[in-house]
Amino acid sequence: MIAALMVRDIRRGFTGGAWLPIAFFLLVATLVPFAIGPDAKLLSRIAAGALWIAALTAALLPIERLIEPDRADGVLDQLAIHGLAEESIAFTKIVAHWLTFGPLLLIAAIPASALLAMDRPGVGKALLALAVGTPGLASLAVAVAAVTAGLPRAGALAGLLLLPLAVPLLIFAVGDALLLEVAVSLVLTAGAPFVAGAAIRAGRT
Amino acid sequence: MTALLRFDDVALRRGGRLLFEGLSLDLHPGEALHVMGPNGSGKSSLIRLAAGLLRAERGRVDRAALALANDDLALDRELPLRRALGFWSRDIEAPMEWLGIDHLAHVPVRLLSSGQAKRATIARVAASMAPLWLLDEPLNALDAKGGECLSVLVEKHLASGGAIVAASHQSLPGRWSKLELGA
Repeated sequence: MIAALMVRDIRRGFTGGAWLPIAFFLLVATLVPFAIGPDAKLLSRIAAGALWIAALTAALLPIERLIEPDRADGVLDQLAIHGLAEESIAFTKIVAHWLTFGPLLLIAAIPASALLAMDRPGVGKALLALAVGTPGLASLAVAVAAVTAGLPRAGALAGLLLLPLAVPLLIFAVGDALLLEVAVSLVLTAGAPFVAGAAIRAGRT
Repeated sequence: MTALLRFDDVALRRGGRLLFEGLSLDLHPGEALHVMGPNGSGKSSLIRLAAGLLRAERGRVDRAALALANDDLALDRELPLRRALGFWSRDIEAPMEWLGIDHLAHVPVRLLSSGQAKRATIARVAASMAPLWLLDEPLNALDAKGGECLSVLVEKHLASGGAIVAASHQSLPGRWSKLELGA
């Protein structure tokens, strides 16, 4: 059942607009040179931070389709009846979400870093930080999606919840502290299934 | 004989309102229970409690493996019906035939009428192999033919040692013991 759910969620991710957050990410990265001006030196200095701000805002877009449709349609109930723990459901959704979000974001980060006049070592570092940080970001997105599922104005609320919680990911990624970035990402990935699972249970009516 | 569903002195509260208390029941293989009562009396909540989706405020609920059909479709709208049902169970050809929806196998779920969708949720239950069936308003949106399909399935399931709890404000075909919930 877990495997079937994973395959289904990945399929739904790719057919349900996985390119949207990526396009949004590229768009935000494109805005930066317009906002700052064509000074390559200045751009390359702020590039890592700009990439992460673009990634964080892009991570908000898919939140509303991660949990809420399955809650509203009874899929989560049927999965529970089939014997899946809510935590397993959440973890499966995190992995599936990352697979439809992380790799695409990494690919998009290459042209984005060119737009931001990053040098070669800078691009390598940025990609590594994104590769390490996006699992944490995907976990956070699923947890926040579960907490806000079924609430009015869930989208706006999700942004207010996710962005502050993602600050450590942002700081360590930009601050070139890769091990701390790994640690934060791990903590988020390990904790999110339990938060999301409890939220799914508590949200049942 | 062990019960497939047992409520032991169960109380259920929803939104601060006590729906029922002191409810005890045993459902054995071959037994069918019709939960009746006006709107808001807690029929659906009792079904969800039996399914393990809600927690009782007091008392104990024991249940066998079960399948639930309610008003939630829980099928991917963009998929053809057979593939959508196939997510939940490998063996869906026969149940789809029993419910008279086998000719809809290639129709996307989003195009189904509400009656056809209801039949699909019952087909999922029939495909589940679970001994305990929980049906919430199974006759909603079903036409006369659909009702007949359902009563044939119910008879077959009871004869093979299953048990059924159905919540409905309409009368159900067949022999059911009755449980009346007050408003």
